[in-house]
Amino acid sequence: MQLAIVVNEGPYTHQASDTAYHFTKAALEKGHGITRVFFYHDGVNNGTRLTVPPQDDRNLQKLWSELGEKHGLDLVVCIAAAQRRGILDADEARRHGKDASNLAPGFRISGLGQLIEAGIEADRLVVFGD
Amino acid sequence: MAQKKKFLYVNRKAPYGTIYALEALEVVLIGAAFEQDVSLAFLDDGVFQLMAGQDTAAASMKNFSRTFKALGDYDVRKFYVERESLAERGLTVEDLMPITYEDEAEDYAEKPSIIPVSRAEMAALIAQQDVVLSF
Amino acid sequence: MSTLHTVNKTPFERNALQSCVGHLSPGDALLMIEDGVVGARKGSSATAMVQAALASGGVYALASDLDARGIRPEDMIEGIQRVDYGGFVDLVAQHARTVAWL
Repeated sequence: MQLAIVVNEGPYTHQASDTAYHFTKAALEKGHGITRVFFYHDGVNNGTRLTVPPQDDRNLQKLWSELGEKHGLDLVVCIAAAQRRGILDADEARRHGKDASNLAPGFRISGLGQLIEAGIEADRLVVFGD
Repeated sequence: MAQKKKFLYVNRKAPYGTIYALEALEVVLIGAAFEQDVSLAFLDDGVFQLMAGQDTAAASMKNFSRTFKALGDYDVRKFYVERESLAERGLTVEDLMPITYEDEAEDYAEKPSIIPVSRAEMAALIAQQDVVLSF
Repeated sequence: MSTLHTVNKTPFERNALQSCVGHLSPGDALLMIEDGVVGARKGSSATAMVQAALASGGVYALASDLDARGIRPEDMIEGIQRVDYGGFVDLVAQHARTVAWL
């Protein structure tokens, strides 16, 4: 079965992205496909490479990037939500005259259409948020 | 598009205190271009999103309530509002903005987009959907 | 085909569980996750809501979230089933749609 995952909260403040991560991992282990993981609202904060959590804590951005790389996941950060919250890839940073970009490896920035498209293409869509 | 899916956007939060209502509306606007069978559900504090007379000037926030009125032009015409949620908050349908669409099948007659439903009808609506997006 | 409802809020602060239970169709399943699992403890004021959900269909709670909050199997309202993440995935697959009561 093909599953689409929506993550509406950033890491650490809410458990939502932890739950979404463990769910996605379990779905892959069961042989399901992941159409896309779409990060919306504060969920876009999962996609910054600049987080430095304490050594003894989990690093959610890294976990997503590694899971993405291992399984070829499409990790999409919503462009409108990302711009509000200061998550930029190199192209966006250049376009808006910012001196740095921070999108983590394995993530890409794209539009809300990617969320709707995932809903259309997947057999199931699951939302994680607050 | 090969198949049309039934999309339900579930709005349970009041506007302005959090960004969920505004960003949910942004999804609805983009989603309209995909020509799916779209319904909006307003229940619990979500009914406050449709209140008439919202004035955000002094709060210095973007008043996005007018956007709901434009959705009819994008074929988003089914605003299911739960009666019990209104009543629990001391509200009636008359407290909400008039939201209409033009029915091209009937010489562009203006028709109401807001459909008041009971909690049981809302449950039945949820049970008919393919994709349910909550914010 | 029925619906899987997820509740991630404590019933003692937010109305997600109450609202969810009010919108269940016969045969729907309810899964408690994150802070939602505190509603699984027996003897609380939320018990009647959970029992209404049990009368409608299956009620499940995510084991790792129960464990994290110190809620042991013997503390739970009778009839609620513990599931792991694999069980969560199975519930999603077994139901036509998932509704998150955020």
